[in-house]
Amino acid sequence: MVSEILLEVRDLTKHFPVTKGLIFPKRIGAVMAVDGISFTINKGETFGLVGESGCGKTTTARLILLLEEITSGTLLFEGTDVSQMSKPAFERYRASVQAVFQDPYSSLSPRMKVGKIIAEPIVINDDLNPKEIRERVASLLDVVGLRKDAPVLYPHEFSGGQRQRIAIARALAPDPGLIILDEPVSALDVSIRAQIMNLLRDIQKKTHTTFLLIAHDLAVVKHMSNRIGVMYLGKLVEVAESEELCSHPVHPYTQALLSAALPSHPDIVRELIILPGDVPSPLNPPSGCRFHTRCFKPTAICSQQIPPLKEITSGHLVACHIN
Amino acid sequence: MISNDNILVVQDLKTYFYTSRGVVKAVDGVSFELKKGETLGLVGESGCGKSITCFSIIRLVPPPAGHIVGGKVLLHGEDLLIKSEKEMTRIRGSRITMILQDPMMSLNPLFTIGEQIAEPIRYHQKLGKLEVWEKVKEMLRLVHIPSPEVRMGEYPHQMSGGMRQRISGAMTLSCQPEILIADEPTTALDVTIQAQFLSLLKEIQQKVNLSMIVVTHDFGIVARICDRVAVMYAGKIVESAETRELFNNPAHPYTVALLNSLPKMEEKVDKLYSIEGQPPELHALPPGCSFAPRCPQVKEICLRDFPSQKEITLDHYASCWLHG
Amino acid sequence: MLNSLSISETEETGRVSERFRRIRFRDIIRGVPWIPVTILVIFLVCGLFGSFITPHDPLKTDLRAVKKPPFFQQAGDMKYLLGTDAIGRDILSRIITGAGVSLQVGFAVVVFAGALGALVALLSAYLGGWVDTILMRITDMFLSMPYLIILIALAAVLGPSKNNVILIMAVLGWAGYARVLRSEVLRIKNADFIKLAIVARAGKARIMFQHIFPNIINTLVVLATLQLGNVIIMESSLSFLGLGVPPPEPAWGSMVADGRIIMNTAWWVSTWPGIAIMLVVLSSNLLGDWLRLRLDPKFRQL
Repeated sequence: MVSEILLEVRDLTKHFPVTKGLIFPKRIGAVMAVDGISFTINKGETFGLVGESGCGKTTTARLILLLEEITSGTLLFEGTDVSQMSKPAFERYRASVQAVFQDPYSSLSPRMKVGKIIAEPIVINDDLNPKEIRERVASLLDVVGLRKDAPVLYPHEFSGGQRQRIAIARALAPDPGLIILDEPVSALDVSIRAQIMNLLRDIQKKTHTTFLLIAHDLAVVKHMSNRIGVMYLGKLVEVAESEELCSHPVHPYTQALLSAALPSHPDIVRELIILPGDVPSPLNPPSGCRFHTRCFKPTAICSQQIPPLKEITSGHLVACHIN
Repeated sequence: MISNDNILVVQDLKTYFYTSRGVVKAVDGVSFELKKGETLGLVGESGCGKSITCFSIIRLVPPPAGHIVGGKVLLHGEDLLIKSEKEMTRIRGSRITMILQDPMMSLNPLFTIGEQIAEPIRYHQKLGKLEVWEKVKEMLRLVHIPSPEVRMGEYPHQMSGGMRQRISGAMTLSCQPEILIADEPTTALDVTIQAQFLSLLKEIQQKVNLSMIVVTHDFGIVARICDRVAVMYAGKIVESAETRELFNNPAHPYTVALLNSLPKMEEKVDKLYSIEGQPPELHALPPGCSFAPRCPQVKEICLRDFPSQKEITLDHYASCWLHG
Repeated sequence: MLNSLSISETEETGRVSERFRRIRFRDIIRGVPWIPVTILVIFLVCGLFGSFITPHDPLKTDLRAVKKPPFFQQAGDMKYLLGTDAIGRDILSRIITGAGVSLQVGFAVVVFAGALGALVALLSAYLGGWVDTILMRITDMFLSMPYLIILIALAAVLGPSKNNVILIMAVLGWAGYARVLRSEVLRIKNADFIKLAIVARAGKARIMFQHIFPNIINTLVVLATLQLGNVIIMESSLSFLGLGVPPPEPAWGSMVADGRIIMNTAWWVSTWPGIAIMLVVLSSNLLGDWLRLRLDPKFRQL
């Protein structure tokens, strides 16, 4: 099956300058939030991005959404460099990439009616008359499973799970090619999570929308993603298909991460790989491979050279000197 | 080593909150036992009453809205609910202690961590100055904090989340408590840190023969460290059993549904089982079984009467009309 | 009595059972401090419909009924319930009409200053950078001015008139709103729904006025209510000094001034308008306090 690439990220980098001084700030360093990552997302798939705090996955999402300025590197949408796009193509890119965030309580404008919230992306970007907009909102409400009279109500009249549905409806409104889901279920009650995950899966089956899923719960990521990328301290350390990554993790960090995942049954006992020390400060990352200070099988070269992300078997990429 | 003695027995505990919207029966007749050396998991979603149950045990229910209106909490046979406040302050911190979810909230940013660990020691034990500091270092070593002499002089903001949670642990363990209550202790932690912290809890439990109550919404934590588990819904315990037994033979439809709705690393499913509806609003509970509106196997009697607790198999209890 | 509406419907798979609570009028008016509100409503009615309910023409002098005491004193009568002033004008009618003046000025100032302050806060906090720095320095300038002194000076220079009073107080008063509302805007600016609006390509104006502004209205209303009392006191002070609303239009402040000299013999001439000022200011402060408790931090609920 030939999969078309929807989004490609090449050497994407984001540095946040750190300054000292109040009146005349001087730059004393930079936080390398995202440090030269490259990956592709295929049309219609769900790409999961995992990693722990400070790994840069949220910043990556922000860069793709153009909420932050890219320091260096390229973003290609349907083959075209976003920074070189013509104005109409660029507008189409922006309308094509939408997001659903973690907190259902701050994702919706508290004083705006639900109908207006959902319609906003189309009101801004498309040229539909009010009747068409109303119809579109109604059909979106139907897709996410909310009551027909929702448009006249306010967000606070809905529960957390329902609010997340509203957020999903809004993200779907402009018929996007890519939706970035940043921890879409972690703020919801456990019994509601399955509802929302099933909903997202149904939507993807029906509309073939591509998802970029960011989550810390490995079981959720594995369940929903076709492919998974693992990030550590601003770098991508491993990318593979979900099944493959979880059954044959190659990078030591991925192995440690998977060993730490909580079991789904008390009889499943995993040997916990303990990573010594803390995550190093992103202001001053270790030389060479960022992970070498905590790695359990480092070699001499690890502290000297940054390992490139290389394909070791079909579709499975690893950035590690040991391979 | 789990003995057969019950160190803590909670009988029919009721804690109600009187709000402008009505009476919220946050804990409505909760009973369970904790054996010495055992780890009991209290599982449920937000609002089920698991945290309030724990606060009720140590009598930290916030007035004026909250009141413990009934039941007994027997620590070695003594009822904690009838003790005076003075007696309770001596029990809290030395016999029963608690770790909370957010380590940043448990630690005072203005004091060094050495000072904070020393505080309960000074309050509950009569030790000389040097002995206190020795104890502090001992506690830091117990929770695997390297270079304790240096760390003692540092402040909370200089440490990572995982370390802060371990320091919380050190604070609570400094007076050799018999019971540790951990309220969502790892929710704010990263995956690898969480795993390490849970291992640490197990290690400490074995070292000092601690009995633990772990409050969580995550069945993964239950599977990892709990010996027994009690599932709560809308202020009541709907099922309790040994962990393995619960995972293998869940009896209450809520437990069944919840376990089936979780995505698992070890098996691949296309669609997750999802529970209808929302968790109930506690001031407007329906008559009968609180889970009935969402239950896939609801019967007529479920809407009228609340099912009493029945023993399904040995040491496995459930409150459900499907089982008698 | 519980106000929740519980609806449970299970249609096809994928449909959700929902339960939502319609905000009823009962919820909103629960706990309202009735006395301050009643007092304010009475004065509002006086202000709006004064000309229909005054027992006498407030400007008409009756030299046969000069300095008549209120009806409950010996020399008073029911015709002039609260007594008359030095030139025979009915105090009650003047107070009713004066309510209109005080409240007109009060609301006008509060609305203009509030609107201007809100605008500055929005631009400053949302646009940030140089705009923020400049606007905030200007705000600081205005805040550091000695309010009463400049008020008096400007009023003296521009001459006493109702519109001048409104103008001066609005121009001096917006800075307080700007400062407080700016921190509100800064807080809201970081919320997820703003980020999502940017992702949906909403322009800055749209975000400021359709997303942020509706969420600061509550704070604005609280500030305005609390400020109303202040404004009325200021206006009364100006009128007392002869720099506010000019005669013969009755203003409470000038009524107090009129009665000052004859306090010994005709205490009621200054006292009734003084009490009126006190009641309105106290009521608006109490209402403002209650609004603050009610609307914040759960302000999203209204």
